Amino acid sequence: MSEQIEQLVQQMCLIRHTETALLELFSQGKVRGTVHTCLGQEACAVGVVSALNKETDIIYSNHRGHGHYLAYSQDVYGLIAEILGLPAGICHGVGGSQHLQFNNFYTNGIQGAGVPITVGMALAEKLKGSSAIAVPFIGDGTFGEGAIYEAFNIAALWQAPVMFVVEFNHYAQSTPSLMQHAGDLRTRVDTYGIPVTVIDGMDVCKVKAAAAIVAEYVRAGKGPAMLFLETYRLGPHSKGDDDRLQSEIDRYRLRDPLVVCRQLMSQAVFERIEKDAASQVSSVIKELLA
Amino acid sequence: MSLSYLESLQQALHHVMKQDPNVIVLGEDIIDPYGGAFKVTKGLSTHYPQRVLATPISESAIVGISTGLAVRGFKPVAEIMFGDFMALVADQLLNSACKFALMYQDKVSVPLVVRTPMGGGRGYGPTHSQCLEKMFLGIPGLKVVCPSVFHDPGALLTHSILQEAGPVLFVEYKNLYGLTLQRPDTIRMKTSGSGFPVVIADNSDAVPDIVILSYGGLSEAVLQVMQRMTEEEIHIRLILPSLLSTTMDASIITKYINSCTKVLVTDNNTPGFGWVSETVNWLYQHSDIHNAKVHTLTAQDTVVPAAQVLEDAVLVTPQKLEQSIIEIIS
Repeated sequence: MSEQIEQLVQQMCLIRHTETALLELFSQGKVRGTVHTCLGQEACAVGVVSALNKETDIIYSNHRGHGHYLAYSQDVYGLIAEILGLPAGICHGVGGSQHLQFNNFYTNGIQGAGVPITVGMALAEKLKGSSAIAVPFIGDGTFGEGAIYEAFNIAALWQAPVMFVVEFNHYAQSTPSLMQHAGDLRTRVDTYGIPVTVIDGMDVCKVKAAAAIVAEYVRAGKGPAMLFLETYRLGPHSKGDDDRLQSEIDRYRLRDPLVVCRQLMSQAVFERIEKDAASQVSSVIKELLA
Repeated sequence: MSLSYLESLQQALHHVMKQDPNVIVLGEDIIDPYGGAFKVTKGLSTHYPQRVLATPISESAIVGISTGLAVRGFKPVAEIMFGDFMALVADQLLNSACKFALMYQDKVSVPLVVRTPMGGGRGYGPTHSQCLEKMFLGIPGLKVVCPSVFHDPGALLTHSILQEAGPVLFVEYKNLYGLTLQRPDTIRMKTSGSGFPVVIADNSDAVPDIVILSYGGLSEAVLQVMQRMTEEEIHIRLILPSLLSTTMDASIITKYINSCTKVLVTDNNTPGFGWVSETVNWLYQHSDIHNAKVHTLTAQDTVVPAAQVLEDAVLVTPQKLEQSIIEIIS
C-alpha cells in the first residue's frame, strides 16, 4: 500500500518538476508559443489515470494536458522534446504543448470539441465488445462550449462507456468561474441522468479511490458517469500571466496536492522522491539541450 | 435499366455495408421508414439495424462522434441533412478530423466520410440552398468530392468510404437526385484518372468551339445546353472533375483544353474565392493556355431566394449558360 502511495507521489512530483522546468525554459526563450501548466492539479491527473487500465482505456485530454500525459506515459523525455520542438518529441515537434498523441492518449487545443470525439471512441469500444472506457478531461471553463452538451446527451442516450472528468479549477484563463456560469456546474448533467461524484481533487488517494469506483460503474455498462474534481490552478494560465489575488493563491497553497500527500509518508521518503524527480527532469533537459 | 443519381448512392451504401462490417452510418432521420430527408439511406436500417444510428439534431456531435469512431477503427459515414448545416460541423472537420493524421504525425488515421446535399433550384430559400463546399476547399487533409450527373456517384461514394484513409466531404447535389445517369447518344464521354476521375464529355467529334469546366449540380444545366446546341452545330466540350480539393492534372490541359481558345469556368457558388477562381488560376499557371480567353459564370453575390423567379435570377440557369456561350463564341 505504501509503495502504491509512493508511486502516486512520485508521479505528481515528476509532473510538478517537469512543468516548473518548462516555465523556466519558457522564460529563457527556449520554448515557443505557450505552456499551459497544471501546477496544483497533479492529484487529478495522477489519481484518475492510475485508476484506469492503461493498456485499453482511452484518455482525451485538453490544452492543459502535460500532467495527464505524464501520468499515462511517464515519458518526460518525449514530452519535453515535443515542447522544445525537437524531432525526438512525441509528435516530432509538430504538436507542441497542446497536441499530443501516444497509444490511447490524445490531446487537442479546441475547448469541448474532444468530448463528442471521446463519446465516438467509447462507442467504438462498445461496438467492438471490448471492456475499455473512454475518459475526456474537461475544465470548468469548457462548460461554456455547446459541443459538450450534444455529447452528454448522446452519451447518455446511447449508454456510451464514458467517464467525464471535470477539473474544476475555478478559472478559465483569467475569468473566474462565477463570472461565466449560471447555476451549479456539479448538477449540470443531472438532466441527462448522468451520475456525478464530487471529490476533493487535491487529495490523490481520494481521487484514485473515487475514479476507480466511477470507472467500474462505466465499465460495467451502466452508461456514462462524471467525476467532478474540486481543484485549483496554483500556477498561471500560461507562461507568466496571472492577475489573481496573492492571498487567494496562498490560501490554496495549503491544499497543494504535494503538501496534502506529505502526511502519507515520512519526510525522508518524500524528500528522496522529490530529489529523484528533480534530477530526472534536469538530466532529460541537459541531454535535450546538449 | 439505368439508375438515378439517388439510386446509385443508395445502392452504394448497401454495398459498402454488406462488404465491410466496420461501416457505420449516422445522421438525423435516416432510419426507416423515413430513410433520410432525401432518402439516400432508405432501407439501410432495415438491413443493418445495429449499424445505422439515428441521431439527435446535433450536427457537430454527429461528426465529432464519427471522428472518434474512425480513429478507433470504424469507417463512419455521417449524413448532414442539408449542406448549409456544414457550418455547424466546420470546427470538428477543420480542427480535429483533418488535423489528427497531420499533427499526430500519421500515428492515427481518420477514415471518415461526411455526406451532404448542396445547392438550390428547389425553393428551399437562403439557409437550405447554398453551395458551401467552397468553405471547405483548401483545408489540409480534407478531400472534397462531388459527383456530377456524368459520374457514377455510387462508385465515388464507395471509393470514398472503403479506400480513403483520411476524411472526405462528399457533396451531393439536390437537383441531381432524381435524374437518371443515362446519357443521350449524342454525348461522347470519356474519363481520366481512377478513384475520383475527371469526366470529359463532347457533343460532337469536331474540335470544340468552347471548353466548359464545371462540376456537380451544374452538370445538369450544361447537359441540357449541349444537347440543344448539338442541333445548331455548336461544339461543346465539358470537363467535370469529381475531386474539387485538388486542381486537375496538367495533362487535362494538354489533352483536352489546349486546342481551344475559348474557355468558360462555371459553378453555382457565389462569385470569387472558390473553385472557379482556383480553376482559372490553375489554367493560367500553364503557359499553353495563354492564347485562350478564360471566362467565368457564377451565381450572384447574395442569398438564394425561395421564390422561383427570384431564385432563377440569382443562380446559373440553362438560359444564362446558353447566353454566355453564345456571347463567348460569337
